[in-house]
Amino acid sequence: MGNGTSIGRVRGLGSSHQGTHHWLASRLTAVGNLILIPYLMISLLLLPAYDYASVRAWMAQPLAATALILIFINTVYHARLGVQVMLEDYVHEAPGRIAAWVLVNFVPFAGAAFGVISVVRIALGGA
Amino acid sequence: MAQARSNRPISPHLQIWRWGPAMLVSILHRVTGNGLAFAGLGLLLWWVGAVAGGEQSYQTFVTYVWTGTGSTLSVWTSWLGKAVLIGLTLAFFQHLATGLRHFVLDLGAGYELQANARWSVLTMVFSVLASALFWAFLLQSH
Repeated sequence: MGNGTSIGRVRGLGSSHQGTHHWLASRLTAVGNLILIPYLMISLLLLPAYDYASVRAWMAQPLAATALILIFINTVYHARLGVQVMLEDYVHEAPGRIAAWVLVNFVPFAGAAFGVISVVRIALGGA
Repeated sequence: MAQARSNRPISPHLQIWRWGPAMLVSILHRVTGNGLAFAGLGLLLWWVGAVAGGEQSYQTFVTYVWTGTGSTLSVWTSWLGKAVLIGLTLAFFQHLATGLRHFVLDLGAGYELQANARWSVLTMVFSVLASALFWAFLLQSH
């Protein structure tokens, strides 16, 4: 990036041409959340009790385990897209932007992996 | 980008505008979304991870987030836990309602001033009522 001419100062700061995909993915995962999260909340309401045995028995059911794993993929991706927009709007200086970019790509994957592993372990009868 | 700063006019920020329902729910959508992303998914991961960790780790989760019957610290965190859970319920229903509002706006509908303001207010009415119903049902059935 140059610092001489006006055009040199703005080159490379424009659109990355990924905006449409980002926007569409955000809407598509929102529709997924519209099914997944109400399913989770109604399931929570219908649980007989919140002790370890009841909660574990519910999580071990194929349908509940599938919903939880889909939440860790779909909802985490949706959250990642939204947090990215927030960071892009409020973190302006280069070092912060780079740190934010690394974190917004690493942390959701780590969280999703931990969630999926946990559900698989419960559903397949480990521990 | 210090070099880009000059005394050219900059876009007005929150304190410049006269507050209206549309502006409020737009900000709420972002705040609730990020709250759900960090606190909501964080808590969900802790909950599922605690169950996967076995009975003792699940008990630790319940003590710190809800019952507060463990250490002195857990007495305080359980108050925080309850507040966060109620806040997350409100945040979820608000984000759901404003998300649906965004779908309508994406279609190019709902921009008439009166309709826009009315639906904006209704998203907040919905989130408060739905959260109250959710907790009433939960507490009454358990």
